[in-house]
Amino acid sequence: MSEAPVSSPVAPIPVTVLTGYLGAGKTTLLNRILSEPHGKRYAVIVNEFGEIGIDNDLIVESDEEIYEMNNGCVCCTVRGDLIRVVEGLMRRPGRFDAIIVETTGLADPVPVAQTFFMDDDVRAKTRLDAVVALVDARHLPARLKDSREAEDQIAFADVVILNKTDLVSPEELEAVERTVRAINPSARIHRTERAAVALDAVLDRGAFDLSRALENDPHFLDHDHPDHACGPDCDHDHHHHDHAHDHHGHGHDHHDHHDHAAPSDIHDLTIQSVSLRAGPVNPQRFFPWIEKITQLEGPNILRLKGIIAFDGDDDRYVIQGVHMIVEGDHQRPWKEGEKRESRIVFIGRDLDREKLKRTFLACQA
Amino acid sequence: MPTVAPIDLDDHCLAAAFLDDVPVFALASGQVVRLDHGSQRHDLHDGLLATAVSWDGKSLVTGGEDGKVMRLGADGTETTLREPTRKWVSAVAAGPQGAVAFADGRTATVLLADGTQRSFEEARTIEGLAFAPKGLRLAMARYNGVSLVFVQGSAPALDFDWKGAHNQVTFSPDGRFLVTAMQENALHGWKLDGKPGGEQRHMRMTGYPAKIKSLSWSNKGKWLASSGAPSAIVWPFSGKDGPMGKAPLELGQRADTMVTCVACHPAEDLVAIGFGDGMVLAVRIADAKEALLRRPGKGPVTAMAWNRPGRLLAFGSQAGDCGVIDIAG
Repeated sequence: MSEAPVSSPVAPIPVTVLTGYLGAGKTTLLNRILSEPHGKRYAVIVNEFGEIGIDNDLIVESDEEIYEMNNGCVCCTVRGDLIRVVEGLMRRPGRFDAIIVETTGLADPVPVAQTFFMDDDVRAKTRLDAVVALVDARHLPARLKDSREAEDQIAFADVVILNKTDLVSPEELEAVERTVRAINPSARIHRTERAAVALDAVLDRGAFDLSRALENDPHFLDHDHPDHACGPDCDHDHHHHDHAHDHHGHGHDHHDHHDHAAPSDIHDLTIQSVSLRAGPVNPQRFFPWIEKITQLEGPNILRLKGIIAFDGDDDRYVIQGVHMIVEGDHQRPWKEGEKRESRIVFIGRDLDREKLKRTFLACQA
Repeated sequence: MPTVAPIDLDDHCLAAAFLDDVPVFALASGQVVRLDHGSQRHDLHDGLLATAVSWDGKSLVTGGEDGKVMRLGADGTETTLREPTRKWVSAVAAGPQGAVAFADGRTATVLLADGTQRSFEEARTIEGLAFAPKGLRLAMARYNGVSLVFVQGSAPALDFDWKGAHNQVTFSPDGRFLVTAMQENALHGWKLDGKPGGEQRHMRMTGYPAKIKSLSWSNKGKWLASSGAPSAIVWPFSGKDGPMGKAPLELGQRADTMVTCVACHPAEDLVAIGFGDGMVLAVRIADAKEALLRRPGKGPVTAMAWNRPGRLLAFGSQAGDCGVIDIAG
């Protein structure tokens, strides 16, 4: 596939995807985003105007329209309506600073995200910023029993907002958070009441931006650290360049811990994650490996993220993927004293943990 | 030597057209500019999405983000065909006897000159509309194919199926072929003159490096020109089976940019080709001879239209640097 025919002179517009079951608090969050005085203008693409109480010219109603790409790959799906609406919006730039896509409660987040990678025109003008999942702390256990979508939304998220925490006991909250963590060990979790999360924790995250994603997330794969979930009063800004060091040390202690992979002890989960670590790897072995894994296992892989140390390479290489789409790039030089190790997490279904581990370790230099 | 009369409109130009002999430029903001003794500005929409020229060449039909459907006459008369709604009108088409069709979401509505109105529901979003050259028939492009309906009477819709998303639809001027542009860098065609109830005859036109945004039939429909490649891809449709088994012509090839817009001349086998850098070439189909009509400009060419005699070419770009080219100078 060639580059988009026309390069856009303006900077790509960030897109935030908001998922979450009916009643999880998406509308509350959206209303806050639209009404708080943050000086930014948002275009919002919704499935139904519904209860958005804000008068905003840039709320666009759009029928969710999933298109399978005609390339024989079942997981290559895009949202046709988004292509059309984003194209229309981008013909009149300057009216808004960012786009928010609100999905229906039952929506599959994958086609939404893939739209921003697979359509050349959309890709030339926008960049997927983050997928944010709202979770109703009280109803999540029931949701997980009766729907696969609730699980998918968490698995796919970069940021999970564990909302309505006031409606559950501290023990229940712990359990729900463990469940979320079991489904998705690499998402950032925020605990909130009435979706009262700091907006900068949700917007402009750069979670799909390879150079920023992991810089924002020095805890990558260190997520069982007790500090990691952030309450509503959390004021640490998660930039932590200075903290990274300590947490990094932590990572080692937890080494064995990380190796435990789901399917977890928690009932009703079909999604598992496989977190792997290795020393520096040989690029000649790693690239064919990741290509083969994503070709063969793509339909089962919802997300993959990794920081890779290449043998003899002074820069960290970061990689992320959605089903069969994989992107990678050099991010920054390894810091002095930073351990050069390769870490990668796969989130998906029916993953062969032993095989992934064995073949990943075989890439080591 | 061709001469260019430029006009800078500072907005994404969605469509250019001649109404009678008046050049008009339809802009993404919803404003339509008519060059009639100076530039006359008409604020038709809050956000323009789709346009079509009426068959008599005297008016422009437009659909917008505001849900309105408007008609702008050559003399500047504005008529509201449909009042605002909250749904985007993303496709419009003009047909015989003053008929107009528009689509918002999964509904297409046809308005006839006598005021009659009829709606057609589809299971999936209607992305493109076109009236057949004969008879009052409307083609609706959608996911997995095209639905062809008779506007009057109660005959059931004919389905032309092909897996994938179809974004645009057009009939050949002789009505023998139906062609769509797809989400995946390809055109798809169906032969319409087969036996009723017979097997559908498909035409796959693939190999494009980019999505096809612009299609234009040559005079009498011998050729179909298309964008989406570094040259204009021009398919031969004069044979019984259309382009099947034949290679397309590749006209006006450039190394460093893509064709973004094509417009066939109304009389000659000649195609105007607009590029990603704003250049416009005229290329004769018979011998691929090229003439430069406009040097590169500020943005990709997004719209072109010839006047009826074929001496003037109106063009517009994504950056709003528009103009009218007189090919005879």
